[in-house]
Amino acid sequence: MEHEITLVVNGAARRVRVPGRRLLSDCLRHDLGLTGTHVGCEHGVCGCCTVLLDGEPVRSCLTFAVTVDGHEITTVEGLAGPDGMSAVQRAFAECHGLQCGFCTPGFLCTVTALLRDNPAPTDEEVVEGISGNLCRCTGYQNIVKAVHRAAELIAEET
Amino acid sequence: MKPPPFEHHAPRELGEALDVLAEVGPRGKVLAGGQSLIPMLNMRLAAPEHLVDINRIASLATVEPSTEGVTVGALARHSQVERLAGHPLLRQALRLVAHPVIRNRGTVVGSLVHADPAAELPAVLALLGGSVRLARLEGLREVGAAEFFVGPMESAVQPGELAVSAYFPSLPPRSGTAFREVARRHGDYALAGVCAVVTLDDDLHITAARVACVSVGPVPVVVDVGGLCERRPASTVDWAAVARAVREETEPEGDIHASAAYRLQLVGVLAEQALKDAAREAAGPWGSDPVGT
Ligand SMILES: Cc1cc2nc3c(=O)[nH]c(=O)nc-3n(C[C@H](O)[C@H](O)[C@H](O)COP(=O)(O)OP(=O)(O)OC[C@H]3O[C@@H](n4cnc5c(N)ncnc54)[C@H](O)[C@@H]3O)c2cc1C
Ligand code: FES
Ligand code: FES
Repeated sequence: MEHEITLVVNGAARRVRVPGRRLLSDCLRHDLGLTGTHVGCEHGVCGCCTVLLDGEPVRSCLTFAVTVDGHEITTVEGLAGPDGMSAVQRAFAECHGLQCGFCTPGFLCTVTALLRDNPAPTDEEVVEGISGNLCRCTGYQNIVKAVHRAAELIAEET
Repeated sequence: MKPPPFEHHAPRELGEALDVLAEVGPRGKVLAGGQSLIPMLNMRLAAPEHLVDINRIASLATVEPSTEGVTVGALARHSQVERLAGHPLLRQALRLVAHPVIRNRGTVVGSLVHADPAAELPAVLALLGGSVRLARLEGLREVGAAEFFVGPMESAVQPGELAVSAYFPSLPPRSGTAFREVARRHGDYALAGVCAVVTLDDDLHITAARVACVSVGPVPVVVDVGGLCERRPASTVDWAAVARAVREETEPEGDIHASAAYRLQLVGVLAEQALKDAAREAAGPWGSDPVGT
């Protein structure tokens, strides 16, 4: 049986028909064509499918699209504003917080929420905050630097 | 890695959920945070015909602290309980449950029902002597922690039943708690873990001491070590004897992550550490170093 649902994705209401078993990650990628959300493990371990659900980071591979009918989703495609990339995105670019980029959408969503809740995190809080996201390229050091840099940029710009 | 097909039900009221659960019986499963069930569906380890999704039943998203204890509703997420429960042991345990992002979605009650022998929250419920309230169409029943955990990944919840809330009792005055575990990576399920509660009298002598151990038996293993502490101050307790007593009660199994012998070694060490931490916390800032270490 298919369900007709509405998701508010990056500010725009999108109607889709999905079977109950459609994962939010697949709904975003296949039904809505938003392939910025990546899929690695599909059991919650790698974090690259992380999106914001009503502002809170969640695993889109461990969420059914039907469950979040009517809710707001922000994907990596929605992080940039009208003036270009967000502070978090710019900090990742500046600090070389990415290499292949596969893990990056998940990190960007996670860190966006982290800095909103804690605008000046300690090293320890950063590491705890990103502990659920795996990166096979960077060795994490530059990601941690990027989070601190993003905090600076946000503080300067507000 | 996609879930098998199922029929999705999205009740808005508890009564509606119980109607569907009664109708589908053993062919149905409750979907709460999905942080354990959806991986199992993705890996095709489970294939229920019906999923009763309780995420729209707003009346279940409650955290109600009182002086006697805290009642946590079936839709209260780990992160919400961490913020609102005001229960020290629950907070210590929740910090060890997965990662912050998983905790935004996973529920405390779901973790209890899932009854993973490596999970932290079942041990907390067992240690505190808490209970779970189960509802079915015909009525409610309250199941104590000792009867709730039946075996690995098996709780007392029967087909047609929904766990509506869990109750975690508060601690007596002058009590301290701690949770210690060893995991491969922070956020992973523990190779072995121990939570402890210690209660002191006015002279800082131990009047009660208990631990609950995870990953070393089919269900959380609760060991009362109060007798071995003999109303002594923590600094003169024979901790080696306490660790031995805890090891004797557990029956760890080996797997690819750790051998049974290693888990047995860990559980004794962790029990000593957790009990000392708890005694220190119970003594408070005035009990300067009651543990003598
Ligand atoms: C990467 C990762 C790491 C994790 N690490 C840990 C860890 O270290 N420690 C830990 O404890 N957990 C860990 N978890 C699991 C997490 O805590 C889950 O949230 C929890 O076990 C289940 O809660 P849930 O709400 O997601 O339940 P679901 O996945 O929705 O359900 C789990 C089971 O319980 C049943 N169920 C759920 N709620 C009810 C109810 N109200 N009534 C009747 N039946 C119900 C379901 O039918 C299902 O069988 C991890 C998960 C992931 C993905
Ligand atoms: S794809 Fe979702 S956590 Fe790996
Ligand atoms: S940049 Fe390649 S996985 Fe992180």
